[in-house]
Amino acid sequence: MDLDALTGCLASSACVVTQTTSGFIIGMLLFLVAVGLTLIFGVLKVVNFSHGAFYMFGAYFAMTAYQVTGSFALAMFCGAAGTAILGLVFERVFMSRVYGRDVLMQLLVCYAFVLIFDDMVRLIWGPEFKSMGMPAAFQVPPLFVAGGVVPPYYLLLIGVALAVAAILGVGLARTRIGKVIRAAAHNPGMVSALGTNTGLIYGGVFALGGMLAGLAGALAAPVRSLTPGMGFSVLIESFIVTVIGGMGSILGALIGAVLIGLIRSFGSLGFPLFTDGLMYLFMVIVLVSRPTGLFGKELA
Amino acid sequence: MTELQAERATESTGVARIETRSKRLRYVDVLMAAAAFAILAALPFLFSSKALLDFVIRCSAFGLFATSLNLLVGYTGMISFGHGMFFGLGAYGFGLIMQRAAVPIPLAFLATLLITACVAAVIGAICVRLKEIYFAFVTLAFQMLIHSLILSWVSLTGGDQGLRGGIPRPVFLGVDLSNYLHLYIVSCALLVIGLLLMRQIAQSPFGYTLRMIRDNAGRASFIGIDVWRTKLTIFVLAALFASTGGIIMSLFVSGAYPEFAYWTISGEGIFINMLGGVTTFLGPMVGTVLLLILNDTVTRLTEYYGIVLGIVILFFAIGLRKGLMDFVVEWLEQRRDGKRERG
Repeated sequence: MDLDALTGCLASSACVVTQTTSGFIIGMLLFLVAVGLTLIFGVLKVVNFSHGAFYMFGAYFAMTAYQVTGSFALAMFCGAAGTAILGLVFERVFMSRVYGRDVLMQLLVCYAFVLIFDDMVRLIWGPEFKSMGMPAAFQVPPLFVAGGVVPPYYLLLIGVALAVAAILGVGLARTRIGKVIRAAAHNPGMVSALGTNTGLIYGGVFALGGMLAGLAGALAAPVRSLTPGMGFSVLIESFIVTVIGGMGSILGALIGAVLIGLIRSFGSLGFPLFTDGLMYLFMVIVLVSRPTGLFGKELA
Repeated sequence: MTELQAERATESTGVARIETRSKRLRYVDVLMAAAAFAILAALPFLFSSKALLDFVIRCSAFGLFATSLNLLVGYTGMISFGHGMFFGLGAYGFGLIMQRAAVPIPLAFLATLLITACVAAVIGAICVRLKEIYFAFVTLAFQMLIHSLILSWVSLTGGDQGLRGGIPRPVFLGVDLSNYLHLYIVSCALLVIGLLLMRQIAQSPFGYTLRMIRDNAGRASFIGIDVWRTKLTIFVLAALFASTGGIIMSLFVSGAYPEFAYWTISGEGIFINMLGGVTTFLGPMVGTVLLLILNDTVTRLTEYYGIVLGIVILFFAIGLRKGLMDFVVEWLEQRRDGKRERG
């Protein structure tokens, strides 16, 4: 424990800005993964235990696309589109067979794919750590805000995540497709009887969730190292985010993710060895006081 | 005798009949356990293969773990995805006590169980009121918390290197656990006793309360059962058996490693239950044997163990839709019904 470092940091504005930015980065990446998880849960009522694998594939797809084409935008697109297709296939071929069955079966199918996907990555890209490298466009001197360091790439990352949050929020609440999705979440039988292909909606939502996780992985690729199994810790963290924010709530996922990000970045100063523990502790406190999460509605 | 009295009389003889029957079944259980132990204990004198004995010891460790998980998953309907933490806790607790304090082995064994019970009671108190998927993931989160504690508390646990330096094994009442044969017999005894105890729990009125909670927790609550307390009790009891499995494992490998507390152990436990089937008491034991055989063959053939294991899981989860023992039991029942119809 190193409380002096924490209080020392809180006293200087430069350190607060630096830590807050890095907290936001962690939070925004987590948000992108968690919002997919929460969407899939909200509509399909299954927890995609293999969601971390989509994050991992997004990162690897982006890295390969970047190495081949050298274009950052194309890399991001490949990461997102590749995982969207993967998500669609995964949902239609495998997950759709275990809807309405035991939770145990759903967990097992996902567990099987966590194992398979991790080994596939090891098979294709090798077991060692990889790195994509920062694109040249972002290799510019960082901005200084109140003495704290803010790399420009971080701003892009935060911007993309906030844009996704806004588009999803407005899209689900206002557009026709959004309304159909919400209706399907509420009563799939009735929506199907009214002539909407619910299978298509389920597949689409799963693809969207997978795409967001893939986008998060692609965005994370320049700043994190890539390794098989990188998805699992992200999955656990994003699950904690959805539990804190409340399952099925987009706003909850955003706030939960930022809170977890800040806990991680400031916690790593004060409790370097117990950063993970702080996160779990926070989750326990939230769950004990509000079992459905900060923004969760009582599940019927 | 009035009609009512007659009815009462038949009722009480009915109850008595059920009681004698359950008592008889209990004797059958004890006899079967004794026979199983006799067979296991005879193995080293019949076969000289050390690999076979190793296999039985590993089966004892994982079998206790998986069967205790079935008490939660199969009997109570609580899908714990963090049961492996108690396996790890048992291994680390026992190893640490033996290394730090010069106490007799049974004392360390009991102390480890006591620690496990305390930890399980605290974690269970938080977790058991959560519903299905929340329960699964919060137990998983606790497992990861314990795993990260083990990794970060290097001075106590040795971090990612694991608990090394061996576990001292003072002789107790002539039982010397550094002797391989003694270790083998003790693991078999722990396995058989553990299974027998769990069988008693499952067949007791308490065990039937668990099944009732699984089938309809709301109704159980209405007739006056404290669902929260019952679930917490079985959570702690199951943790004790998982911890015993961990203790056997730590004695077998003479140490403890962070992988024992990693989530994949819990995943494997769930998978063992699935493989063997959750509707029969011995299903998880069958699953353990199958998984360990699968494990040993696949790791010898390929380094991409995950792909093979994943495909096998998919075959069971999507193809068969039930465990092996479920399959066997259904087949037997169908055959019996068929005979009855013909006869």
